[in-house]
Amino acid sequence: MKRTLFILTMLALTLASCGNAPSIGSITPPFIDPGIDPESWALIPAGAFPYGQHDHITEVDHDYEMMVTPVTNEQYARFLNEALAASVISVGEVEVEAGEQVWVEVGAHGFYPGDPYDGYKHEEEIKLGDKLYFPTEADGARVTFDGQTFRAIHEYSNHPVTMVTWFGANAYCEYFGWRLPSEIEWEKAARGTELVAERGHGLPFPWGTHIEGNNANYYSSFDLFEKMFGKLGNTTPVGFFNGNVYDGYETLDSASPYGLYDMAGNVWQWTGDDYPKQHYRHMRGGSFYSYEVDLRVWKFNSAGPQHYSPQVGFRCAR
Amino acid sequence: MQFLKNRFDYLFRSTRGLTLVAIAVVSIVTAIFGTLSGPMVEWGIKDITVRLLGMKLVEAEREGRIIMLYHTIAMTVTAIEVYFITEMLPMKRHEQSIVNGTITVGYLTAVVFGLLFAYWGHNFTFHGLFLVGQSLVFFAGILLTMALNPWRKEYRLEKDSPYVRSKGGLDLERMAFFVMSIAMLVSATFGAVTGSFWGNGHETFLGEDLIRMPHKTELQKAIIGHLHIMLTLLAVGITLIVGRWVKFKGILQKIAMPLMVIGIIGTTAGALSVVWLEWAHTIIYVGSTFIMLAALMYVIYAWDTLIKEGTAGIKKPGFFQKMGALLKDPLKFGPGWQMVFMNFTVSGVGIFMAVKLTEIFRVWPHREERIILTGHWHILSGLIATIILMYFADLSGLKGKIRQWFGWLVIIMSDIAFASVTVFSMKRLFVTEAEQQSIVNWLMLFTDIGLAMVLVALAVFMIWRLYDLFQKKGHWANEYATERRINAEAELAEQKRKLEELNAILKEVSK
Repeated sequence: MKRTLFILTMLALTLASCGNAPSIGSITPPFIDPGIDPESWALIPAGAFPYGQHDHITEVDHDYEMMVTPVTNEQYARFLNEALAASVISVGEVEVEAGEQVWVEVGAHGFYPGDPYDGYKHEEEIKLGDKLYFPTEADGARVTFDGQTFRAIHEYSNHPVTMVTWFGANAYCEYFGWRLPSEIEWEKAARGTELVAERGHGLPFPWGTHIEGNNANYYSSFDLFEKMFGKLGNTTPVGFFNGNVYDGYETLDSASPYGLYDMAGNVWQWTGDDYPKQHYRHMRGGSFYSYEVDLRVWKFNSAGPQHYSPQVGFRCAR
Repeated sequence: MQFLKNRFDYLFRSTRGLTLVAIAVVSIVTAIFGTLSGPMVEWGIKDITVRLLGMKLVEAEREGRIIMLYHTIAMTVTAIEVYFITEMLPMKRHEQSIVNGTITVGYLTAVVFGLLFAYWGHNFTFHGLFLVGQSLVFFAGILLTMALNPWRKEYRLEKDSPYVRSKGGLDLERMAFFVMSIAMLVSATFGAVTGSFWGNGHETFLGEDLIRMPHKTELQKAIIGHLHIMLTLLAVGITLIVGRWVKFKGILQKIAMPLMVIGIIGTTAGALSVVWLEWAHTIIYVGSTFIMLAALMYVIYAWDTLIKEGTAGIKKPGFFQKMGALLKDPLKFGPGWQMVFMNFTVSGVGIFMAVKLTEIFRVWPHREERIILTGHWHILSGLIATIILMYFADLSGLKGKIRQWFGWLVIIMSDIAFASVTVFSMKRLFVTEAEQQSIVNWLMLFTDIGLAMVLVALAVFMIWRLYDLFQKKGHWANEYATERRINAEAELAEQKRKLEELNAILKEVSK
C-alpha cells in the first residue's frame, strides 16, 4: 500500500510540475531587431534545379524575385490600412465556407474571383465573392483593429504576419502588383541549384545538409523564444537566424543560397498554385510548431484558402 | 560448450525460445531506432545514437529508411505469430520445424541487412540480402499454408466436436488460419511487385503523404492497399491465436469462424482492388465488419468464460463478484479488452473520419489529417504488440503479483498512451491552434508516461528472461523440457498413426 501511495505521489508530482502553458496570444516577447530589411528582395535567375525529395531536375524559364523575409505584421497592417482607405477591403462580418461548413467571422475581407470548378469527388468549390483575409477577433493575431486603424503589436511588428488566409496573402501581393510564388519558385529560392549533398541530392535545408537548433525556429529547437517562454512555440522576428548573437544566444547564418531568410521554420508560407480538382493551397517551409523533418525544403502542408493559423504566413514574388 | 548448446537449442528450437528471441529483436530495434524521432530528438538522444553507431542519415532518404524499419519489425512480428500458430495447430513435427527454421533465418536476415542498408549505407549487397530474407519469410508462409491445409483427413473434426466444423468435418477455425495465411501471401506479393518496381524508378513515399492528391498512380494505390491489409491480417492473426488460447468453442465460435473467413477474403479483396475499383472501400467496410463481428464473438466468449470460471463456487454471483472474476487475471482479460479499446482508438476514429471527411477533416490542414492517419495505425500496431506480450507472458508462466503487475501495467499504461494519442490527433475538434499548447503538453506527457511504463515493464520482463537463461535449472530449462516432451509425444502419435496407415496399406496389398 505504501509503495502504491509513493508511486502515485511521484506521478502526481511529475504531472503537477508540467503546469499549464500559456496560449500564443497571451505572450508578448521583447522587441528584437535582427537587422534584416523586410522590404528587400532577392533575384533568383532562370535555370534548372533539383525539385522535390527525389531531385527531379526542373527548368524554371524566367528570372524572378522573392521577398528576402516573410511579410511582417507591420507590413501587413500597413497594407490593411491602405486597402481599407482605398475601399479595396472592408471590415466586418463575412461568411466563410469550407467543405460542407459555412460560418460567419469578423475581420478584413475582400473580393476573390473564384477558382475553376470541375465537380470532382471531394473537390471543394471556391466560388467568387467576398472572402475573409484576416480575422480581427481570433486568438493569436498580432495585428489589432480599433475600429479605424490596424496596428501591429510593437513587440511583434517585425515577426511574420500570421492568421492570414490564402485569400488575404494573395490580396496583399496583388495589391502591390506582385503575386504569391508558385511551389516550384518557392523551392528553387529555398535550395538553389547545386547537387552538393551525399549521393547527389539537392540541399535538404536552405543552408546545407544538416539542421541544428540555432539554424531555424522549429518545435523544440530551444531557440531564444523557447528559452524565454518554455516549450511553447512562438514566431521569431524575420531574419532572426542570421549569425547574430542575441542576449547570449548565438544563431547560425541560415540564409538560402540566394540570401532568403526563414525558408525553413518560423511560419508555413502560402504558395500561389491552384491545383485543379482539389483547390487546397500548399504551404512550404514548416513552422515553429513543426518537427525538423517538416523543415526539409520539399515538404508541404495544405489547407483550403479560407484557413488561417498562428503558424501560417507568406511572402511574395515578382 | 554444452552450456551454449543447451541455450541455443532452447532459443532456436522451441516456440518459447524462438518467440523470446524475436521479442528481443523487436525490443532492441525499437530501443535503438526509437531514439531517432519524437522526444528523443528534443532531448539530444538522436545525435548520440547517430554518432555512437556511426549511422549515415541522408535527409532525402528518411522515408525510405522508415519503410525499411517498418518492414523489419513487421517481418519479426509475423514470425512471432507463425511460431504461435505452428505450436497451437496440429501439424507434423517436421512441418513445424521447417516453417519455424525458414522464417527465423528469413526475418533475421531481413532485419540485419535491411537496417544495415537503410541506416549505415547503400551497399547493394545489403539490399540484396534484405530481399533474400523477405523471400525466405514468404517461402515460410507457403510452407505454413501447406501445413495448415484444412482438407487433410487427419485434421477433420469428429461430429461431436465442440469446435465449429463443416458438414464434411472441415475444421473452420483451421480454415480461418489457412485463409489468413493465403491472404498474407497474396498481399505480400502485391507489395513485392510494387517494391521490385522501385528498382526501376518507383520513388519512395509514405502513404500518409499522398492524402488529398486527386490522382494517385496505380503503384501508389497498390502500396497503400498492401500496407493496410498486411497490418489488418496481423491483427486477424493475433485474434485467431488468442481465440485458440482460450479454447474458443461453442455457438459463438460457430458464428465467428465463418464470419472471419468471409471477412478475411472480403477485406483482402477490397484492399487490393483499391488499385482498380472506385468503390473498393465498400468491399473493405463489409469485410472488416465481418472480422470485427467475429472478434466481438471472441470477446464475449473469453469474458464469459472468465466470469464462469471465476464464480464457479458461488451459487448466484452478484455483479461485483462477476466483475472481480473478469478482472482477476489481467493477462486473460487483456486481449479482449484491447480489442474493445481498439474501437475507440482505431475503428471508431476511422469510421468518424470517413463519415465526416469533407465536413470536418478536409477543412483542417493536411498535417492534422496526417497525424490522425499515422496515429491510428501506430495504435493498432501497438495494440497487437500488447496482446502478443500478454500471451507470451502467460506462456512464460508469470504468476501471482508479478502477473498482476505486468498485466495491468501493460493494459492501463498502453491504453493511457493510446487514448492520449487519439485525443491529440482529434484536438482540433475542441481547441484552437492558439490555445492548444497546454492540452498538447498534457497529452504528450500522458503518452510518454504510458509508453515509457509499458517499455519498462517489457524491459524488466526481458531482463528477467535474460537472467534466467544463465541459470542452470532456470525457467527456460523447464519450458524446453516441457516442449520436448509434448513434441516427442506428438511425434510418437504421428509415427503410430503412420505405422497404422502403412500396415493397412500392406494388408490391402497382400489381399
